[in-house]
Amino acid sequence: MHWQVVFPLLLFLIIIFGIGIWANKHIRSSNSFLQEYFLGGREMGGFILAMTMIATYGSASSFIGGPGVAYTKGLGWVLLAMAQLPAGYFVLMILGKKFAIIARRYQAITLIDFLRERYKSHVIVILSAISIIVFLFSAMMAQWVGGARLIESLTGLSYTTALFIFAISVLVYVIIGGFRAVALTDTVQGSIMVIGTVILLIGTIIAGGGIDNIMSSLVAENPDFVSPFGAQGDLTPLYVSTFWILIGVGVVGLPQIAVRAMSYKDSKSMHLAIIIGTIAIGTIMFGMHLIGVLARPVLPGIDIGDKVMPLLTLKVLPPFLAGIVLAAPMAATMSTVNALLMLVSSTVVKDIYLNYMKPKASDAEIKRASFIVTTVIGFAVIIFALNPPDLLVWLNLFAFGGLEAVFIWTVVLGLYWKKANKYGAIASMITGMSLYIVIDRFYPSIFGMHTVTLPIVASFIIFVMVSLATSHKFKNEQLMI
Amino acid sequence: MKDQRFKIAHREALIGIGLVIVNFAIWFGFAYGLGGGDPANYSYVFGFPAWFFYSCIAGTGFMILLIWIVMKLFFKEVSFDDEEGDR
Repeated sequence: MHWQVVFPLLLFLIIIFGIGIWANKHIRSSNSFLQEYFLGGREMGGFILAMTMIATYGSASSFIGGPGVAYTKGLGWVLLAMAQLPAGYFVLMILGKKFAIIARRYQAITLIDFLRERYKSHVIVILSAISIIVFLFSAMMAQWVGGARLIESLTGLSYTTALFIFAISVLVYVIIGGFRAVALTDTVQGSIMVIGTVILLIGTIIAGGGIDNIMSSLVAENPDFVSPFGAQGDLTPLYVSTFWILIGVGVVGLPQIAVRAMSYKDSKSMHLAIIIGTIAIGTIMFGMHLIGVLARPVLPGIDIGDKVMPLLTLKVLPPFLAGIVLAAPMAATMSTVNALLMLVSSTVVKDIYLNYMKPKASDAEIKRASFIVTTVIGFAVIIFALNPPDLLVWLNLFAFGGLEAVFIWTVVLGLYWKKANKYGAIASMITGMSLYIVIDRFYPSIFGMHTVTLPIVASFIIFVMVSLATSHKFKNEQLMI
Repeated sequence: MKDQRFKIAHREALIGIGLVIVNFAIWFGFAYGLGGGDPANYSYVFGFPAWFFYSCIAGTGFMILLIWIVMKLFFKEVSFDDEEGDR
């Protein structure tokens, strides 16, 4: 264990704790507990909004998995990764001001609050709540495992110890600080992600003797490393283009991202966040994936993709800087996990407990329920992460694309199309998820496209057809959209 | 009951779609337009293959610039609260 490497990581944890304690003061003094705990009082400014968006979106796979694949596929994988640029501006522009206004009008705290008011359907509330709880719980477990493995590999501690260090540090600030702590720590974490990327990119280029030098070594090994089709020639334009749906525009349908689009302060914050968010996401995705490619001549012969980024960092940077850069994947994992924890907890408390179990709960009861639920979910994840059950590992495969297919049209059409109704939404949600699971299991990369493509298209068509076919039932309905 | 703010919001959402289409066109056009041939014949810009430089580096820079201009010129500030809204 290098103490110089571990020191910046420890410092990072201390700062994060401090933010949690500070945010807790706001919760104690707030007069609307729910809005404060689950939305941070809708007070986010532009910089914080941008950072919490990109930090929630960017996960361990942007820092560990992605560069590992780029290492074996070359520049074609960087091209694919750049399909993520729209995640920086598209969500905020599409949900945009309309979502912000309507969420306030409906006094929505969660994404499901919005859906409930818009569609007036218990089936939609329950379907959404189940999808969020089941799939994002599994996603959280997977991230938790990733975070623990990362600490394990950096410090040499055992997996169990590493898991507890990671989990406890996240749980403490999320439970006591709520959404405000999540957003503020995301800001620190997002900044570390951007800074870490830039440092490592510069360090790698210097270690490789400049871009020219690195490119000619790559071409010497296999000219296809610098082609857009990938080193094995398997990245077809159609396949790569469909990633724009999965990791670019489809991000609108991710509940953990969408909920952020109703928590900012004013138009100015949104405008600023779009610019900062796009710059930040562009820097991280371009930088980290390019690093994976450049690593090949600098550090040849690595068999396990996930080891490329940590090993490269330790090789090309002095220990203290390496510590800062290695805090980046940890920050990326934490900032994703904390958003998921908050979201699952708000779904249980607001959408299940307050809707169906105890609608008249007092503020003190809500407060107690929120702390208890968040704590119980957090510890449940730890227990599952100690020995991940196959079912959760399996469910996690659908947590990203599957949830996009469930929510994208329900949210977007609900917001912009007056004729969108509950029957269309229910049909589209069920179609989206089941088609995603079937295609992923039985026909992966169907017609040469990514799994997500057909479910998104089919759930759109079903939504529109069913809504139109049942529109006579809603003739006299007054909508506030 | 027509909320004027929604007109602004609708226009901005359409601008978002327009930007993604431009983004995709630049990305796809340069990548496969310049990078479609034999890698041995690539020309290089600042050390990077030309397709990569224009599609992923210059294209991203251009998008950021374009988004910044669009925000300054076309995105309007509106209030999110109903009592202050101009119904």
